[in-house]
Amino acid sequence: MNGKTATIESFKDFVTFIRAELKPKGRIFTIFNVISAPIILLGAILIVYRLAKGLGYPVTNLSQDFPWGIWIGFDVMTGVAFAGGAYVLTFVVYVLGAKKYHPIIRATVLNGFLAYVFYTGAIFLDCGRWWNIVNPIIGNKFGVNSVLFLVAWHFLLYMLTALVEFSPAIAEWLGWKKIRKILGSLTLGAVIFGITLSTLHQSGLGALVMMAKWKIHPLWYTEFIPVLFFISSIFAGLSMVIFEGTISHKVFSQQIDEEHHRSYDDILVGLGKICAVAMFGYFFLKVLVFIHGRHWSLINTPMGYWYLLELIGFVLIPCFIFVQGVKDRNLLSIRVAAILTMAGIIINRLNYVFIAYKWYVPMSERYFPTWIEIVITLAIVFAEIWVFRWIVNRMPVLKESPEWAREE
Amino acid sequence: MDRREFLKTIGIGIGGVACGDILTPSIVKAQNAFEVNEFFGVLVDTTRCIGCMRCEMACAEAHNLPLPDISNDSVFEKKRNTTETRWTVVNRYETEKGKIFVKQQCMHCNQPACVAACLVKAMKKRKEAHVTWDTNCIGCRLCMVSCPFDMPKFEYNSPFPKIQKCNLCWDRFQEGKLPACVEACPVEALKFGARRDILDEANSRIFQNPHNYVHRVYGGHEVGGTSYIYLSAVPFEQIGFRGDLGTTPYPEFTTGFLYAVPFVFVLWPLILLGMNRATRREED
Repeated sequence: MNGKTATIESFKDFVTFIRAELKPKGRIFTIFNVISAPIILLGAILIVYRLAKGLGYPVTNLSQDFPWGIWIGFDVMTGVAFAGGAYVLTFVVYVLGAKKYHPIIRATVLNGFLAYVFYTGAIFLDCGRWWNIVNPIIGNKFGVNSVLFLVAWHFLLYMLTALVEFSPAIAEWLGWKKIRKILGSLTLGAVIFGITLSTLHQSGLGALVMMAKWKIHPLWYTEFIPVLFFISSIFAGLSMVIFEGTISHKVFSQQIDEEHHRSYDDILVGLGKICAVAMFGYFFLKVLVFIHGRHWSLINTPMGYWYLLELIGFVLIPCFIFVQGVKDRNLLSIRVAAILTMAGIIINRLNYVFIAYKWYVPMSERYFPTWIEIVITLAIVFAEIWVFRWIVNRMPVLKESPEWAREE
Repeated sequence: MDRREFLKTIGIGIGGVACGDILTPSIVKAQNAFEVNEFFGVLVDTTRCIGCMRCEMACAEAHNLPLPDISNDSVFEKKRNTTETRWTVVNRYETEKGKIFVKQQCMHCNQPACVAACLVKAMKKRKEAHVTWDTNCIGCRLCMVSCPFDMPKFEYNSPFPKIQKCNLCWDRFQEGKLPACVEACPVEALKFGARRDILDEANSRIFQNPHNYVHRVYGGHEVGGTSYIYLSAVPFEQIGFRGDLGTTPYPEFTTGFLYAVPFVFVLWPLILLGMNRATRREED
């Protein structure tokens, strides 16, 4: 499959080619497949059930007190933060011209693009009146004063932008030389537009909860939520890149050439460096916000301990592990730090959506996801991985571009 | 001035006026606002309420909701919230001055958080005061997250759900009728009128009976003012109100972010392009 360079000219060629590519490659009964396939199947059935039944119990545990659960808190809020690696890395590679990170750029952009497609797909499930979901786009009244209006448009535009960024790989796969040239020339423009959009919607996700002023615990509520969301998306995204890359490099090992394998350690150390700096900045901001808020008295409460655990256990400590890992060039440390950081981001985003949100509601009336919410979420994650794998096995994502398309 | 110059000037003038209209719609709108806008509202005097729940019954009848059982008062044992099928509820509070009944419903804020939250303008603030809901809603529930009074309720158990809450009897208002609850109240605990008038009325009741009331009209300034305003004999915190909501209209909590958007949109691409050019090597 590596030697495929034939150009596709006629429509008939195209159909035969796509047909051949649609067939599965590699072993079918892997552990991952055996676990994920039934979950995706069950998830698909449950999605139909949700559309037929509405959002109430037994589908979700959402209530009048807790309008948002894990479909918003995990899939959208956390998923989009994890997809932030795409805008950070395109900034480093295409704007700053740091060629070192070039080998992982396509996988990262692809991952970002798919994350947006699948996780914003979760919005569709979460919307009670999903058949109206195109209203903000088609102009059935524009709510231009709404933060969510901005976020919705940005999601859509960013998806298109990420697709343009990734499109040269598709053209190379299809052997479309002229189109590849045109698409390649769009990259810098798309990257700049994409970074601008990302800045605004990563922070915009935080701005969504600004009007829940007294419902969010004062240790978490600050007027700087949008800034905190933006900065945390930098290290959230890069930690995801480290995590995903670690797995990809094992699973797709035979696709990656010698040179890339050798440079990969350098790349990881570099990513760890950026994470450490961004996390220190984030921690510093959090401390500033805390001191200005004069919330000392709240620290010695259950929510205070929870706050400290998040800030120290899942920001400061992974930040130190990153620093140590970079110093010693210890890849294991960097990977551990990335996983801790990701856990911290999940906790942080869920805090804003249902943990520190209405913290005063007694335990018995609090939101906890149902098994259906969890299965559908897992199904979405697995489906994304399946599509990712399908593309990586066919297009030049991790493997070298075909001879005719090499840059410079 | 020759003819060509003259035509040019005229052309620019007309163009300028046309552009000016587009660029400064807020000024035009503000002028309109001064001419017609006066909100209506309801004054709730909790010292008069006897807890008969006839407002609940009238509300359910007016909006085709399941009728409540108002024959026994065991419902008062537990604090109730409004629901998607009960747009107003009366609760009983034990206070330093004995039992006090408080009617609760959407406050119809002057500058509602739910309206600012809505990305399709399904939540709408009518210029007469009513905050109403429309079917182009996508069901995202950001209005519920944003409302400081937790009033919008969602029909979770329907595949075709709606957001439900008090609409200050918008339909009846257009027919020239009073809100159902106001009409049903047997003791005039509720009074409908122009918001300015009922605020005056509330203040004058306090002034005339200074010992019967705490000297605060809830909703006068809270969250920028609401159309439902309340009088009470005890501090409002004792009868289920949050006293610390502040006087800032809730939409203002997002304006900081929204104002930053055009700046980022203009500055980011320029800065990024500049960085790209500055770091590019000569031979590229």
